[in-house]
Amino acid sequence: MIILESQPILTTPVAHAVGVWIASLLTLMIFSFLYKDNPFYKFAEHLFVGISAAYWMTVAFWTTLIPNMIARLWPAHMGGVLPAAVGQPREWIYIIPFAFGIILLTRLVSRIAWLSRWAMGFVIGFAAGTNFTRYLQSDFVSQIHSTMVPLYQPGATTASTIGNIFSQLVVFGGVVSALVYFFFSKEHKGAFGRVARFGIWILMAAFGASFGYTVMARISLLTGRMNYLIQWVKGASW
Amino acid sequence: MHKVALIVALAAILVASSAIAQESDSLAVPPPISLKAYDTPSDKGGSITLEWELSPGDTGENGIITGYRIIRYVGSPESSEVVAKVPGGTRRFVDSRTHDGTAYYYQVVALADSVASAPVIAGPVQSKQQWFDRTRANLLVIALILVFAITYFIFLGAKGKELYIRRISGLEAIDEAVGRATEMGKPILFIPGIQDMDNVQTVAGMTLLAHIARKAATYETKLEVPVSRSIVMSVGRETVRQAYLEAGRPDLYNDDIVHYITDEQFGYVAAVDGIMVRQRPAACFYLGAFFAESLILAETGNSIGAIQVAGTAMPTQLPFFVAACDYTLIGEELFAASAYLSKDRKMQGSLKGQDAGKAIALIFIVAGVALATLASTTGNETLLAASNWLRRLFTMNF
Repeated sequence: MIILESQPILTTPVAHAVGVWIASLLTLMIFSFLYKDNPFYKFAEHLFVGISAAYWMTVAFWTTLIPNMIARLWPAHMGGVLPAAVGQPREWIYIIPFAFGIILLTRLVSRIAWLSRWAMGFVIGFAAGTNFTRYLQSDFVSQIHSTMVPLYQPGATTASTIGNIFSQLVVFGGVVSALVYFFFSKEHKGAFGRVARFGIWILMAAFGASFGYTVMARISLLTGRMNYLIQWVKGASW
Repeated sequence: MHKVALIVALAAILVASSAIAQESDSLAVPPPISLKAYDTPSDKGGSITLEWELSPGDTGENGIITGYRIIRYVGSPESSEVVAKVPGGTRRFVDSRTHDGTAYYYQVVALADSVASAPVIAGPVQSKQQWFDRTRANLLVIALILVFAITYFIFLGAKGKELYIRRISGLEAIDEAVGRATEMGKPILFIPGIQDMDNVQTVAGMTLLAHIARKAATYETKLEVPVSRSIVMSVGRETVRQAYLEAGRPDLYNDDIVHYITDEQFGYVAAVDGIMVRQRPAACFYLGAFFAESLILAETGNSIGAIQVAGTAMPTQLPFFVAACDYTLIGEELFAASAYLSKDRKMQGSLKGQDAGKAIALIFIVAGVALATLASTTGNETLLAASNWLRRLFTMNF
């Protein structure tokens, strides 16, 4: 993989102070949305969207298009851009993604726009194929493997043995009932329906735990941002 | 002159005696036995595996062997290089810095502190890439079973066999939400998540977008689809254009229905929040892959009183959608949605096939847990072996 070299960015105290002011004011402008939509929020929103769209386009150009496509097809011309690529052999296989990239751009010409569907079909087909094996491993095979544990595992004490049994029963019962819930071929009635209902309870319990956990993480983010603002207020010479 | 000759002679004697001493020391250190070098199987090349029997002097704490030195050369021993030193008791080493197609010779010498044994040599051996990873053969079999089940039911569906799919309440809410937006004369907002088209959840979101766009075109309700990925925008436009065509209203379609905002997660969220509070859509759909933005979007949608339907397979975001939306498609319900809504028998067949896969998983889980429990309770060796084999069937290295 070819890695682009980054240049260190030099900052001065004035530039730093200006940066802190801009960041803090923009934070307050975004927070103002909590009151209601207003011109300050609109300004910050449009600024954010515009800058980030341009930023990501630049990032994609320099980290994807140049090193993964142009440098592989025309390494000899990378002298002023990517010196590491100069001298590397040309990789003709990259003609295929290059062609698909060009085909995707045919959307801009309405008469041949239909060609772009080939490239989109390739992207979706590739995603389906690669994700199939990935999910088969992580969400299917590994999950079955992890669930195949004995319900009875003797512990050091009676209490720990009971604890082990309870834990395994929750895992086993939870997996089986949640799987039953996601069964679409049979109506959730009778015993099957009761197992499915237990499955959705298990899911909701898991969601509740996850909710609490994530809220805690979000609060820490808010705390971090508030701390930034407090530091700004303390450091500002009014 | 005589003195010089004498010094040279003495030096020669010293060197010779040192060499003899070293050789005799070397003879005292028994070398490892039966060195085998072979191309590492089921790999992507660039690796050779060495195996040997321990030196007779390598008997643990009481033995004299402290380690083994592994030397590699190409052609003649003059080009030798030390590849690694491994501790005593080691029987195997994988040299993962080889060039495919180059013939290597390997020497392994046992070490007793600084004294080395005579070398044992293996080679020539070459590394190469294998086309098929035999350790993943179980995955191939499992994949084939699942593909067969899905294909079989698709085939049944295509032949016209009636396939039952249970009611999914969250999906019925989609039509209800579109109807409500139509009655109120307000737009519909559709968010396909923030991931690209290489994410299956985005693909599932697109199939649902087709359904919603068809309804919106039929009822002449305004549809708004802001996206955060350029490829999603292209696919989204094709999807909506096709849906409007199928609904017989191509005149209502324009490219601005699906529009790109930014790839930046929170830039996108800020813009979508702005769209929500300014256009005040009556129905908001969040169907795709979501991350931290899920709650921000759903709460803003809630604050404007929109009917909200969400669907994602991201376990960490589902709780927020469940809390803030009117209906939530949980995990696989999102993927089942397109088959359920389309009423297309082939798609329903694929859903049936997936159910067959789940049934197979369920059988193996129950069998595996029963076997493991019996083995653990009784301590029976046969049961234990069967249980371990069954578990191993569902590992990455079979």
